[in-house]
This record gives sequence, structure tokens and C-alpha cells, in this order.
Amino acid sequence: MALLTFDTQKDPKKAYASMAVVLAVMLVFPFAAAPFGNSWVRIADLALLYIMLAVGLNIVVGFAGLLDLGYIAFYALGAYMTGLLASPQFATVIESLINLNPAIGEGLAAVMGEEIRSNGIHLSVWFIVPLSAALAGVAGALLGAPTLKLRGDYLAIVTLGFGEIIRIFMNNLNDPINITNGPQGINLIDPIKVFGVNLAGEAGSRATVVVGGFSMPSVNAYYFLFLLLTIATVFITSRLQHSRLGRAWVAIREDEIAAKAMGINTRNVKLLAFSMGATFGGVAGSMFAAFQGFVSPESFSLTESIAVLAMVVLGGIGHIPGVVLGGALLAALPEILRHVVEPLQQKLFGHVVIEAEVLRQLLYGLAMVLIMLNRPAGLWPAPKHEDRPDGDSDSKGQSSGVVAA
Amino acid sequence: MSEQVILNIAGVNKRFGGLQALTDVGIKIMKGQIYGLIGPNGAGKTTFFNVITGLYQPDTGTFELAGKPYSPSAPHAVAKAGIARTFQNIRLFGEMTALENVMVGRHVRSHQGVFGAVFRHKAAREEEASIRRRAQELLDFVGIGQFASRTSKFLSYGDQRRLEIARALATDPQLLALDEPAAGMNATEKLALRELLVKIKAAGITVLLIEHDVKLMMGLCDRISVLEYGKLIAEGLPAEIQSNKAVIEAYLGGSH
Repeated sequence: MALLTFDTQKDPKKAYASMAVVLAVMLVFPFAAAPFGNSWVRIADLALLYIMLAVGLNIVVGFAGLLDLGYIAFYALGAYMTGLLASPQFATVIESLINLNPAIGEGLAAVMGEEIRSNGIHLSVWFIVPLSAALAGVAGALLGAPTLKLRGDYLAIVTLGFGEIIRIFMNNLNDPINITNGPQGINLIDPIKVFGVNLAGEAGSRATVVVGGFSMPSVNAYYFLFLLLTIATVFITSRLQHSRLGRAWVAIREDEIAAKAMGINTRNVKLLAFSMGATFGGVAGSMFAAFQGFVSPESFSLTESIAVLAMVVLGGIGHIPGVVLGGALLAALPEILRHVVEPLQQKLFGHVVIEAEVLRQLLYGLAMVLIMLNRPAGLWPAPKHEDRPDGDSDSKGQSSGVVAA
Repeated sequence: MSEQVILNIAGVNKRFGGLQALTDVGIKIMKGQIYGLIGPNGAGKTTFFNVITGLYQPDTGTFELAGKPYSPSAPHAVAKAGIARTFQNIRLFGEMTALENVMVGRHVRSHQGVFGAVFRHKAAREEEASIRRRAQELLDFVGIGQFASRTSKFLSYGDQRRLEIARALATDPQLLALDEPAAGMNATEKLALRELLVKIKAAGITVLLIEHDVKLMMGLCDRISVLEYGKLIAEGLPAEIQSNKAVIEAYLGGSH
């Protein structure tokens, strides 16, 4: 990774230049991919959401060293929050409440008004995103509170349980009051509207979005929105990393007792890590819901939590550029395989020998084994500073043992 | 030097199940002193240390720092009150650089939260700069300023000890408590440590020192307490301790 460096502490000029290069590539990508169809940009959209998740999880796992296997729960909370507040679902909620207890149901319906009773709630994205972030943040702190004394494996088990609890709740909260619509999920979620522009395209426009006389496919519009949010996520987390709080998180990861002895209130600082990480999960979840227009519990299984954790670990735990790389690779690779492998086999053999899904699992496992063997700190780990006073042996590799002149 | 009591602890009892680790232990340290705590292995020195710094909860005891009672209920509260400590087996933040380690020590004397971190407004930038400046000063003070950007686990053993002291000093302590700082050091390193402790004393910081090396302690400390089986058996000037019968018996065994 000598070509691109993102170490703003060490070489700010080069780091900002690298960022500019990456940004330029990201901006050009949807236009370059357009001739090959929308599916590539759609893959990139989902990859960006995963990158947001991975960068958010990195606060908890990478900085504070708290192994969280239930992170997808916050994604689910954000998504379901959006589902409830930006779809006809709330009409169903009121209806089931009336069936259960007419007095309370009718009372609520009267307070909410006829419009909500028949059409549900349709809040603007400007309300939904902060609400999702806040809800996920509170849930993060709630999860954190009982796990404060746990570390390592024990913490992983409790958080894993939390993730499953949320998913099972979503699966079963359709009776007696139908809040989540159970396994069928919530449908017809409003697409995102920013400044009067509907990112899904106006009805009858064949999913074409017009911004200031400039038209593009809907997936491109979402791409730019997600890119903006991802940049914001990366910006906020890297600012946090190089701050008093970021140092406190890393101190807790490195040695909790010493961190306490240095005056760090580990309880509050850990809860903050859980909460901050969850916030990004919540925002990503609400974007996911609006983008898909549909949420159901099966999108939030344990496998998803593990996938996000794998992105963090594979990319380079605690190192934001590495985590972004890990997210991009693991999110995009399976989709690319799906698009490339089967047509390729068709051409070569005339029929599909190995299905893409099977091959994906195989490659996934193989990649994990190889990386853990050869690069246990991840593909792109945080740089270690072993520099001598007379120079910098960082780039010269591990040439320790040489006496500094 | 004004005779002001900086640390006044009395009547500390601590039980671990069936073991009475500390029995009615108390010490009184004057401002600006280097105060030694010695005793054979297993005498309860580190237990006492952990009680003072909030790592263990005492069963009884009264605690006063600079005339004000403090409660050793949590280590971070004790650090905030003004007692900083080091550990017998070095506990640095290994993956962080030396400078960052000391910067963590400033945590308790700084305030910026999430908002300041993200927006880096003027107050946040100034605080961050002052944290960095103070941390570098402290590294220079303990003599490892040139290693500021080295990852701390790559430092030599003696330098790691110094770094731990610098990190503790970063919390602006009224009392610096060192748990066997000379453990595992060779003669040269011990001499350098001794110079550092004298320098810390000259800077007006009171030091509480646990140590095995009696020779080092005798020349360095203003007063010494001796613990054995969780009880104080002697307290006084180094010369008095040296000729105290009970102490000699504790270290060399009884004459029978």
C-alpha cells in the first residue's frame, strides 16, 4: 500500500492526495459503470452500506476492543424504524390495536388522525435518520450496560444473544399488535426524498432521477447519497479516533486496569463506544430500508453480523482505511462472482458446473484461512512505529537489531 | 518545606476470604517526601497499594488526601482526586506510541467529548495541542523524549518503566505511587531511576515507593514503613529502620 497512504498524522500531504484520488474514482465510478447496466452500481450501493456498518462496528471492536457479534441488531432497528415511520405499516398497527382493544385503539387513532389511520405515517428522511440514529444509539447503550464487566468470549456470547433477540422480536411482533408484520416484513417503504427530489424517480419516469436538469438512474442517485453518508461516517470515526475519546477507547482495549488507573471512567467510555457504533448501524439500516423499499427479519440474521465482523477483521482491525477495504471486498466480491462466474462457465463448458453461491462460500472460506495464516492483523493493518531517532525504519521493514548511529 | 500532610490513611483492614491481608494499617506522608514501603514477599505491600488506589475495596479504613477525605471506591476517581500509580508488572498501552500513552494520562485533566472531537472547534484544538505539548514535556522530563513516536511495546524495559512514570505524572498527581519501579533493573538502570526520583521530588511531587531493594530505599527515602504479614511492624527514618530489631528479624528470620 505504498501508493496510497491515509496516515494524516505522518504525511498529511500524501494522505490528502490519496483521499482525493479515491474520491475521484468513487465519483466517476457510476458513470463508468453505466454502460454495463445498473446492477454494478446497485452492488456498489449495498457495498457502501456495508462499509458504513463495518466502520461503525470498528469503533466497538477495533478501537475499544469489545467483541460484538450482534451488531446487525442496530442495523435492524434502523431499518424497522424507517419501515414503521415511512410506510403504510402504521395503519396496520392501529388496526390491530383496535381489534385488540377498541378503546385504546380508537383513542390512538383519534389522536393520530384519519390520515395516519388509513395511510400510515410518512415522515421525511430528515426526521427518520436522526430518529434511527438516536434509537440505535440508545439501544447500543442499553446493550452495553449489562455487558460492562464482560470481555472476550463472554461478551461475544451476550451480544450474539442480543442480535438474535432483536431478530426474533421482529419475526414475532405481529401478534397481538401487528407492529412488524412478522416474517412477511414491512413493504412499500417510502423511497428517500431529498429537497423534493425522489431518489427512486417520479412515477412513470422509469426510475430516472432528475437533479437540476441532469438525469441519472435511481441507483446512481442512491449511490451518491450513500457515498456522502459513508464519507461522513469515515470522517466522524477518524476524528473520534484521533481525539481524547479515541485514545481512551484504545487504552481500554490495550489494558483496562491501567486505563482505569489513569482516570478513565471505563464504564462511560465503553457505553459511549457501543452507542456511537450503534448509531452508524442505525443510519445504515434506515438507508437500507428506504433503498430496498422492504424489510424482513431474514435480512438481519447472525450471518450478517458475522459478515460485518469479518470485514473489520479481514480489512485490518482498528485501522479505518483497512476496514473500508475489507467492507468493499467482502460486500462486492460475492456479487461480482454472481455476475461473472455463471456466465463464464456457460461460455467455457456450456453449462454451470459450480453455482456462484457455492463458489462464493468456498472462496470466502479459503480467503479467510489464507488471510489469517499470512496476514493475521488483516489486509491493511494500522502502521506500527518502530522508528529510530535517526530515521524511520517503518518503511524499511522490521530491521530491528541495527544499532542507531 | 512546610509540614503539610499529603496522605493520611488509618485503620485499613482487608480480608480475602479466610486471609487477613491487611490488619489496621495506616501511613502518614508529608508533602514533598519520598516515602518508602518495604517488607518481605507476601507482606501485603501491593494489596495496600491497590487499596489506596481504589483497585481493591477495603473492609475498613479512613482516607485523606491533602486534608480532604477521599473514597477509594473506583480507580478513576482516585486518579482524579490526585493519586497516580504505576504497576509492578508494567502495564502500558502496548500498541500506542510513547507520546499517546502519556496523552492518555491527560484524559482526567481534559474535557473534550464527541462534539469537540468531530468538529474540532477552537477550544478542542487548543486542548488537544496542550495535551500533546504537556505529554512531550513529560517524556523529556523522564528522559525518553526522543522515543515519542515509537510504539511503546518496542521500548526497552527501563524506558517502559520511565514511560509508565511519565504517564502517571501526566495526571497531575499530588501523590505519585510507584509499585516496585526498580524490579528487574540492572545497577545502571537503578542509578538512573534513582536520579529520576530525586528529580521528581525536586519538582515538588510526593512519592510513595514500594521496593525490595533495601539499599536503594535507604539512601533515597525520607521515611520508611515496614509491613509484615499485613501488619505495620516499624515506621521511621531509614537509619532507625535499619537498626530496628523487628525489621531485621522479619528479613533475616528470628534468632532461635
